[in-house]
Amino acid sequence: MISFIAQRIAKAIVVLLALVVLNFFLIRMAPGDPALVMAGEAGAGDQVFLAQLREKFGLDQPLPMQLFLYVKGILSLDLGFSFRQQMPVSTLILQRLPATLLLTGTAFAISLAFGILFGALAARFAGTWADTAITVAALIFYATPLFWVALMAILLFSVTMDWLPSFGYETVGANYTGLAHVLDVAAHLILPATTIGLFFMATYARMTRASMLEVNRLDFVKTARAKGLSDTVIQRRHVLRNALLPVVTLAGLQAGTLVGGAVLTETVFAWPGIGRLMYEALLQRDYNLLLGVFVVCSAMVLAFNLITDLVYRSVDPRIEFAS
Amino acid sequence: MSKRKILMSFAALCMLSTAAVAEGPKAGGFVNAVIQPEPPSLMVGLVQNGPTQMVAGNIYEGLLRYSPKLDPLPGLAESWTVSEDGKIYTFKLVKGATWHDGKPFTSADVLFSIEFLKQTHARARGNLVQLDKVEAPDESTVVFTLKQPFGPFIGIFEVGSLPMIPKHIYEGTDFKTNPANNTPVGTGPFMFREWQKGSFIRLVKNPNYHVKGKPNIDEIYWHVIPDAAARSVAYETGKVDVLPGGSIENFDVPRVSKLKNTCVTGAGWEFFSPHSWLWLNNRSGPTANKKFRQALMFAIDRNMAKDVVWNGLGKVATGPSGSAIKYYTGAVPKYDYDPAKAKALLKEAGYNGEKVRMLPLPYGETWRRWAEMVRQNLQDVGINVDMVATDVPGWNQKVSEWDYDIAFTYLYQYGDPALGVGRNYVSSQIAKGSPFNNVEGYSNPEIDKLFADGAVAFPDAAREGIYAKAQKILVEDVPVAWMLELQFPTITRCSVKNLITTGIGVNDGFRDAWIEK
Repeated sequence: MISFIAQRIAKAIVVLLALVVLNFFLIRMAPGDPALVMAGEAGAGDQVFLAQLREKFGLDQPLPMQLFLYVKGILSLDLGFSFRQQMPVSTLILQRLPATLLLTGTAFAISLAFGILFGALAARFAGTWADTAITVAALIFYATPLFWVALMAILLFSVTMDWLPSFGYETVGANYTGLAHVLDVAAHLILPATTIGLFFMATYARMTRASMLEVNRLDFVKTARAKGLSDTVIQRRHVLRNALLPVVTLAGLQAGTLVGGAVLTETVFAWPGIGRLMYEALLQRDYNLLLGVFVVCSAMVLAFNLITDLVYRSVDPRIEFAS
Repeated sequence: MSKRKILMSFAALCMLSTAAVAEGPKAGGFVNAVIQPEPPSLMVGLVQNGPTQMVAGNIYEGLLRYSPKLDPLPGLAESWTVSEDGKIYTFKLVKGATWHDGKPFTSADVLFSIEFLKQTHARARGNLVQLDKVEAPDESTVVFTLKQPFGPFIGIFEVGSLPMIPKHIYEGTDFKTNPANNTPVGTGPFMFREWQKGSFIRLVKNPNYHVKGKPNIDEIYWHVIPDAAARSVAYETGKVDVLPGGSIENFDVPRVSKLKNTCVTGAGWEFFSPHSWLWLNNRSGPTANKKFRQALMFAIDRNMAKDVVWNGLGKVATGPSGSAIKYYTGAVPKYDYDPAKAKALLKEAGYNGEKVRMLPLPYGETWRRWAEMVRQNLQDVGINVDMVATDVPGWNQKVSEWDYDIAFTYLYQYGDPALGVGRNYVSSQIAKGSPFNNVEGYSNPEIDKLFADGAVAFPDAAREGIYAKAQKILVEDVPVAWMLELQFPTITRCSVKNLITTGIGVNDGFRDAWIEK
């Protein structure tokens, strides 16, 4: 198992470096550069100003040299400096990481728990009104654009009912501490986490239902019934466990994107996460910051792919590690 | 009513009237305002984008402020004189002004700021082009000597254009990487306290501010809310009190304006006078033809754009200068909406339906709708418009590389044609790579001479005729298609008083503002 993991990590590092190079060129293919953006924002920018900015951003160097310096930095775990924000990229990412992990982690937990639960219930009561209700609701949440769900949630729960805050991570200026702070953050978290969670919950529910119905038809389930096991035990111990494999795959993919945040949801709810940081860096052509976020996100996707493979092993004993 | 009750009622009445008499600026309280987009830095000497100026206008100060009529007002300079030949400007600095770290503000800081800004501030560099030398005969006097009289010189000292920078913090350092850039130190009414990136910026009252009794407000929270609809909701749900101009989409302004306890003003933009137009590429394609450009002016229904897209806010532009800018004249050729005339001109121009690329300004829904309306107008007279979608960096690149036929834009005019108008029409400003000079490529030696003469004509009265002539020639030639004098309304709770007191508006800070309890 250790050699399997070591091999996968070595491969992941090569993939990561390839991604860095690819992203480096991809970003530079987009029109405009950070100097032009800043000149544009200032509403004035002569040649001297633009040259100064390009020198400051290191954009006056030949492209291969810029790439060499960047990769050299990455190899020594230095993500570079955001000249626009006057801060190291790693500091900017670390500042946003807790908020993002809280949001996407909560959404992940909600969607996984309730998605599997509703999917299992729908499969268990297949063909009944409960199944229809869950399936239709899942379809609606799966098909509705996130930003629209977010805006409607704000309209209903913030503007009309005034139950929940519409933006931000906490009540600015309230200076809550202890439990009051936790409750304040939780109140701000409900709408964005639910907005993201609903989509994934619908996905998990649909997948769990379909997978369970398929497993239900297999011979070993009939054998279990013939053995006289109760239906609850059959569903929980035999059917659900076998039906979870595709759900684990999907959860692995979603978990890999946790650090990337959720651009739309973070934007609508003004959640100070990495998704927004990435989006703003893209619009401002803040190359180092954007590449830094990409590196961290790519690393997380690779890490979660590895974890997913390990989870497969524990969920399905039929899967063996290659020697 | 008993005698006692009558007496008590009388006493209550007296107390009420006393309170009414004492009505005036009240100290205390805090304000929640929106800032969008999040500024990259608050060091206004290094970064001059709109949000930076808006927040930093509370932290830093300039030597002067300007009234809505653009007359100079005291800032860090309490008085000033101009020599008879118009070449020597002497400023007396306010006494007792200190930086937020307690160090005194002196004339040495002014001298240092000039050198600092010449290196870092593109617009300041241009504004100081006529400066021969600057001297400090004593700690509270600064003397600027010009190479020749320069009429607009008295108009270059507001905080965004020429902010004062602390010499003791920046001297001998690399300005761009100085750690103080993230914890700005100014002389302004508010001090920087906290910045949670992506969430909010917090400023607190400067207790040692040099204007006694000011500021009134204790704290300002600038909230970063990236989505325009979410900013409207934040105001509607009472979470923010101030929506500076441009915070919400224009089509949402009428609805938000009608909310309870809401006051709206278009004041505070006199200095900037945002002026919108279509860049027309004068070098090649149909837009190189003057008759085609004139046809565009007749083809576009600018009144309808004002009434529908901009909800009646702003004015139809008559030419290169906004009406609040010095030496503006409306006595220029008129281009009222007249599709028939446009079609006739297109015929004269020999236009054969070639494709014309149009770049909308990628600043949100209002601008997209405006571009669609203009496209409709142009199609109605037979112009074949190809709309090209870009994001902001893409727009900047295409315009600065002259890779367009028609492109929406708007620019600030800074109170004087020599500061914010001439740069878009004189041939010395044709330089590839920058999006805010003469990117249309218009070249007319007569215009070059008029703007060169107008900047240095003395006395001021001599400038009027020169600029009137320049405006007339430009409007005849239509190097660009002027659209609207824009107005970005500031929306506040009515309990926030005295927020806008100068021609610089919210960018001049919350120095005079107070909150009615």
